Amino acid sequence: MWRYSTPLLFFAGLVILFIFGLKIDPGKVPSPLIGKPAPAFEVSTVNNPTIFLNSNDIKGQVSLVNIWASWCAACLEEHPLLVEINNTFNLPIYGINYKDNRNNAIKWLKSHGNPYRKSAFDEEGKIGIEYGVYGVPETFILDKEGIIRYKHIGPIDAVDIEKTILPMINQLSSIP
Amino acid sequence: MKFYFLLLLLSPMFVFAKDSPVQFENNMHALLYDEIIDEIRCLVCQNQSLADSNAPLAQDLRKEIIEMIRTDKNENEIKSFLVDRYGDFVLYRPPVQTNTWLLWAGPFIFLLLGISIAVFLIRKQTKENIEAIKND
Repeated sequence: MWRYSTPLLFFAGLVILFIFGLKIDPGKVPSPLIGKPAPAFEVSTVNNPTIFLNSNDIKGQVSLVNIWASWCAACLEEHPLLVEINNTFNLPIYGINYKDNRNNAIKWLKSHGNPYRKSAFDEEGKIGIEYGVYGVPETFILDKEGIIRYKHIGPIDAVDIEKTILPMINQLSSIP
Repeated sequence: MKFYFLLLLLSPMFVFAKDSPVQFENNMHALLYDEIIDEIRCLVCQNQSLADSNAPLAQDLRKEIIEMIRTDKNENEIKSFLVDRYGDFVLYRPPVQTNTWLLWAGPFIFLLLGISIAVFLIRKQTKENIEAIKND
């Protein structure tokens, strides 16, 4: 009896492992920055080179930090949702314009809408490196103290917003 | 004709994709640079190292590493700079720690398991054979 059922049990175990393994997306690497203060920076904003965005400006309120670029097709995909969040909720969204051309970025915001309080102009991708960005778009949730609480890699969709992002924001906002 | 065709097949061997050679004043710096970019994974194309990859992020990180080496940062400082931002996943040789001990010990555990099963089966068979001979 055992002689035949042992290999079968082993096989069943492997199948279960594979099913779980297939659901893991190796493209999504957990960020070591979660629970750590968001990186500090001060650079000019996309729309106005004489106005600066300092990372300290992002503190004080739960906020989203969204890494975007006009050359990034997936950014366009999620963009209407960010515009909608900005119109519906009192949630500041800050942009980090990653390795872009200023004119293209300004044009892009004009034609697709600008949901950002301010967008940092990260021409050389230095802030991107500080944030550990490797696949634009990326979206971070920062708490009131400016600590990174969540990272989303790739475009966000309506389900992500409803199931993950909004509940998290509500929870973080309720902490005094 | 055949000969030239074979020669043609060999031609890719003479093509090397190397980044524009990086100039370091110090030979140790050059060695360190080569060593580090070979051991760091490019997160954009995950099965390539920073040395192999031509993704824009890999280029930027190489630039960052060059700057750090020029300012006399050592291997550990550079690696922890990258790990702090991108996680242990950027290291092709992850450190032995609580969440990786299974990864490192796993092969040896399975080896021991295999050996013990083999020993058990062989002993059992030998015993059966001896008994079979006795009964004969």
